[in-house]
Amino acid sequence: MNELSSRDLIIQASYLAASVLFVLGLRSLTRPTQARLGMQQAAMGMLFAVIGTLLNAEILTYSWIMIGLVVGAMIGYPMAMKIKMTAMPQFIAFSHAFGAIAATLVGVVEYRVRSGESGDAGLSHGLAAALGLEVLFGALTVTGSFMAFGKLQELITGRPITFKGQNAVNMTAIVVAFGALAMLIYDPSNGAAFYTVLTLAFVLGISMVLPIGGGDMPVVISLLNSYAGLAASATGFAIGNNVLIIAGALEGAGGFILSLMMSKAMNRSFSNIIFGAFGAPPAAASGAKGEAKEPKSITPEDAAVQLAYASSVVIIPGYGMAVAQAQHVCRELMELIEKKGGEVKYAIHPVAGRMPGHLNVILSEAGIDYGALLTDVDDANRVIAAADVAIIIGANDIVNPDAEEDKSSPLYGMPIFRPWTAKAVFVIKRGKGTGFSGVENPLFTRDNTLMLYGDAKGVLGSLVKEIKALDEGH
Amino acid sequence: MIQIFQLYVFILAGFVGFIIIQRVPPLLHTPLMSATNAISGISLVGAIVAAGGQYGKVSTILGFVAVVCAATNVTAGFLITDRMLAMFKGQLKPEARKPEAGSAK
Repeated sequence: MNELSSRDLIIQASYLAASVLFVLGLRSLTRPTQARLGMQQAAMGMLFAVIGTLLNAEILTYSWIMIGLVVGAMIGYPMAMKIKMTAMPQFIAFSHAFGAIAATLVGVVEYRVRSGESGDAGLSHGLAAALGLEVLFGALTVTGSFMAFGKLQELITGRPITFKGQNAVNMTAIVVAFGALAMLIYDPSNGAAFYTVLTLAFVLGISMVLPIGGGDMPVVISLLNSYAGLAASATGFAIGNNVLIIAGALEGAGGFILSLMMSKAMNRSFSNIIFGAFGAPPAAASGAKGEAKEPKSITPEDAAVQLAYASSVVIIPGYGMAVAQAQHVCRELMELIEKKGGEVKYAIHPVAGRMPGHLNVILSEAGIDYGALLTDVDDANRVIAAADVAIIIGANDIVNPDAEEDKSSPLYGMPIFRPWTAKAVFVIKRGKGTGFSGVENPLFTRDNTLMLYGDAKGVLGSLVKEIKALDEGH
Repeated sequence: MIQIFQLYVFILAGFVGFIIIQRVPPLLHTPLMSATNAISGISLVGAIVAAGGQYGKVSTILGFVAVVCAATNVTAGFLITDRMLAMFKGQLKPEARKPEAGSAK
């Protein structure tokens, strides 16, 4: 290696500082009390890295860079400040896409420069591999994230879109893409192979996310998170930059762990997820099973009386609560019950919502203390078993007893909450339909289950009103 | 040889990531994802070099677009992470640890 100039030393020092601050920032996320400060420090790290990069001797003109930075900040700032917490998954998908576009474009520029400038000599096999992987993961993440964004924003249907021979088409595309990647590594000057990898990766991003339904989004987003990280890492390999490799590896690991956790929480095998073949919807499960019991319903007045005198209440929210924007009225109800001496906890399933941890953010936004959020399924079940009332708001599959009792159910084996172990179960539900997976839920016909039909926000609002009326009345 | 060093860095960083991130509680999984997303906006570094390097018109344009996208990713990612973390209030109250007490009547 050549002797480092003092300018290079400063650049490397800024990258090292950035890497350390990134690691510390992520570590701060293990404690909610330190997290904010730690992440602000990580943002400082990013600033160091950018300033360090601007000193790079290869950079000759600054005008485009400055305009680009300002435009980017001007797009990013209002987006981040205005976005609603319920729309967080869309936002993250969008943000993944943007990062991946950058990584992909850097890969294309780098390939053009290296292969054009000095012929094959400028592009080693190792570099070709890095660039190939960079555009593969990058392009896959770009279209995959835009598809996920479209589904979450309901620009395209959230239902799985499938066609005959889909898996065969996907497998062919994967095989051809890796074939082209191999050709590129064998002959780095093979531009056709490079652009084949790029194009097929774009196609794969679409075709892999298309067959996946809304309820599986937590897995998809985690996986895209991991791919985006790998694309950034490959960029680091391609341009010989350690801070990129480190930051990318951190995100790659984070996304990977989250997708593992999500797959475990949904009881899907990991290989199933890696290959993106998890879209196939469980064929409209087994139909009505014999005795068609009608669910019992309860009026808000009666429900309010029970809640007012309950000493322990567990609320089990699902994505339906987020859709109805019912988190604020949920807190109001919680405060009323607590004022009457009851204790309220929330049981948050790992895959409730549309991304990992989604509902925790939404409830925190409403001002609910995170000490009241139970995020471990076993812990939550212990609390539920001792509760007077369990209230289910816009959740379905995560409380379906078939997951434990019916081996033929597509949900069988998924770790679920057991609301039926509480003394009474209130289910707030829009109508009599099935959950996302299209599976009947026998919980609704259990003896201690009472239905409150209607929009989550409306029903909770009337419960609040009725409990208040109890106080004023007598 | 350099590529071997890079592989070292990648694998070690991956390990560090695994060890730390496994300890992040589910409560903070959404901020975790937006945080790692913001951090990987570090592609900005590569984009800056591509945009400023004068490798020809096409490269400059592609580099410029990359800078815009990466800068958006970084700005939005860190800001939203901060906004979310600011919302997490309170502490794990003692009674959260002994939940059975509630219904023992």
